[in-house]
Amino acid sequence: MDVSQPITAADGTPLKKKLAQAMFRSKLRATGLVVPLLAFVLASFVFPILALMWQGIHNDTFARLMPNLTEELRVWDGVSDPTEEMYALLVADLRQNRADKTIGKVASRVNQELAGTRSLFTSTARKAKKLEPPFKEALIKTKKKWGDIKVWQAMKLTNQSLTPGFYATSLDARYTVDQGFVMKEEKRQIYTKLFVRTLMISGSVMLLCLLLGYPVAYLLATLPLKYSNLLMIMVLLPFWTSLLVRTTAWIAILQSQGVVNDLLVWIGITGDESRFSLIYNMTGTIIAMTHILLPFMILPLYSVMKTIPPSYMRAARSLGATPTAAFIKVYMPQTVPGIGAGGLLVFILAIGYYITPALVGGQDGQLISNMIAYHMQKSLNWSLAAALGGLLLLGVLVLYWAYDRIIGIDNMKLG
Amino acid sequence: MAKLPPYTTTGERIWHYAFRFICGLIFLFLILPVLIVLPLSFNVEPYFSFTPGMLSLDPEAFSLRWYKDIFRNGMAAPDAPFDMAWLADTWNNAQWMRAIRNSFFIGICATLLSTALGTLAAIGLSRSEMPYRRLVMSILISPMIVPLVITAAGMFFFYSKIQLSQTYLGVIMAHAVLGTPFVIITVTATLVGFDKSLVRAANSLGAGPIQTFFKVQMPLIIPGVISGGLFAFITSFDEVVAVLFLASPEQRTIPRQMWSGIREQISPTILAVATLLVLLSIILLTVIELLRRRSERLRGITSS
Repeated sequence: MDVSQPITAADGTPLKKKLAQAMFRSKLRATGLVVPLLAFVLASFVFPILALMWQGIHNDTFARLMPNLTEELRVWDGVSDPTEEMYALLVADLRQNRADKTIGKVASRVNQELAGTRSLFTSTARKAKKLEPPFKEALIKTKKKWGDIKVWQAMKLTNQSLTPGFYATSLDARYTVDQGFVMKEEKRQIYTKLFVRTLMISGSVMLLCLLLGYPVAYLLATLPLKYSNLLMIMVLLPFWTSLLVRTTAWIAILQSQGVVNDLLVWIGITGDESRFSLIYNMTGTIIAMTHILLPFMILPLYSVMKTIPPSYMRAARSLGATPTAAFIKVYMPQTVPGIGAGGLLVFILAIGYYITPALVGGQDGQLISNMIAYHMQKSLNWSLAAALGGLLLLGVLVLYWAYDRIIGIDNMKLG
Repeated sequence: MAKLPPYTTTGERIWHYAFRFICGLIFLFLILPVLIVLPLSFNVEPYFSFTPGMLSLDPEAFSLRWYKDIFRNGMAAPDAPFDMAWLADTWNNAQWMRAIRNSFFIGICATLLSTALGTLAAIGLSRSEMPYRRLVMSILISPMIVPLVITAAGMFFFYSKIQLSQTYLGVIMAHAVLGTPFVIITVTATLVGFDKSLVRAANSLGAGPIQTFFKVQMPLIIPGVISGGLFAFITSFDEVVAVLFLASPEQRTIPRQMWSGIREQISPTILAVATLLVLLSIILLTVIELLRRRSERLRGITSS
């Protein structure tokens, strides 16, 4: 046989080429199976979120609705006195917005930048038709605030469509014309405090889940299968029960006329007048979230503990270790992957929780998701909601990436 | 229970039972909230707490009034005699009945969509030839990880733009996306134990790829597919954030109705619905467990 000739397949093509073709075909087949779902997820999930993130840095409401003024504001240095021409263009734009009934949008947008300017815009727009030149004097006569450079600076900032302003607000800073980023004073910082609180509550929930989940997982892993299968139902039933059912149940249990307080009064631990407030505050959020997320801790822990041979502990004992030492030195290190998987999963899920805090959180049990929902639905400051969401998403994605690195998404198990 | 070996010391014995006791308390913490809604839903009073009458097991203190309320609330003529007209009235007008109908309709449609797409994708992902496997997998699982508020807000803007918000299709699509990660995870787990030589054997015996899929692969992975589908269904059935952002009153689901019930007019009807939902989850859990056992038997893994 001539070795210098390339080996060929039955039809005469070189084997290497044939193999590459076959590989390509099977790659194509595998991809073909995934593509429908991938396209669906990209179109109806990934793209909407990217579009939302874009809103967090881009808001062209002002530039779009104030077309005359926008160019002038862009070239204005932000510190010198606004010229008569700028005032004239402002009046022209106000008139147009009044006619188009869009003045409310402009007013809200500037109000987000400088609180208390909403009525300035709406009321001036109402009178704009009758104003006569010189407009600078006429405007300042109707509202003294129009002479305030701060109003003009706020307009210059909102005029800038691509803006870091909303992210600055999310971090309790202000983006200004002349000084760049300025931190807000301590007592007006709400978002950073909320982020810290979200991290703290998620951390406490994770620790509580670990504290409660570890013994249970250990028991389930060491008991004979016929008992552990039965007990597993107690873990899986809450897991399968509606989130709202469980939250409702916690309201029934923890409210001031609820089961726990009734029991405590009956035992005599507390008086009828001094019932504990266990719900509609941070305590309620932590208790309910711990209950809801506990199965997510128990299941990964259990699946790791199940693989640890019991003979290791016996070997440690026979070599002279006390039960405590054997447990800490031999058993615990082997459960670290489970602790990592469960802990990360619980933390990731807790950090974005919305429903339970909204229903049982009261004032001080609210998380960052609730603030996002507030800006989406109540204050309608969508760009700020998007910026807050962007920061939250960033945190979650970093954790998700870590989860994939450390544990691997393939190893995620349910039930 | 296994007997303790004779060499255990007294301290170890005490710890052994103390440990069991602690675990018992934790199990109680897990299961009590699920069970507590059952008796409370039969309360004759419009409260969320046990009345003295209930505690003394007085039959007068229990009633089915909140269960009746599920059918009657919102009806045009709730006190009419029970006949076909009454049934039609409750089916068409009762608030909870509409929520129940919506939940099942949306849930089933979303489940079919996510199970079909998810199963195909899981089969593709389980092949080692799949390029960028890790990246694709992490994108497909991400709907489970991304905070729901962010997902719902993004969908709200996007679906509004393409006229899908406040429609059934919009809610179904949102729920299908949220359900797919569960399908992928369960089906992938089933495929891990799948013997690939069976496919090759089928091919060598002359079966085409479609025939192989339906006759060889599908019967073996069907337990995983069904339990993935059940996961997707319960995800949709339990989902409220996307509904809050995307649905109009016409598409109110059970959780959405419970949400406004808890926020606005807290009434034990919620507890009656909750009890029914607990029963539903018991049924689903049983089905899943039976499927798991069947799958293990099929794949030759005997439980030890």
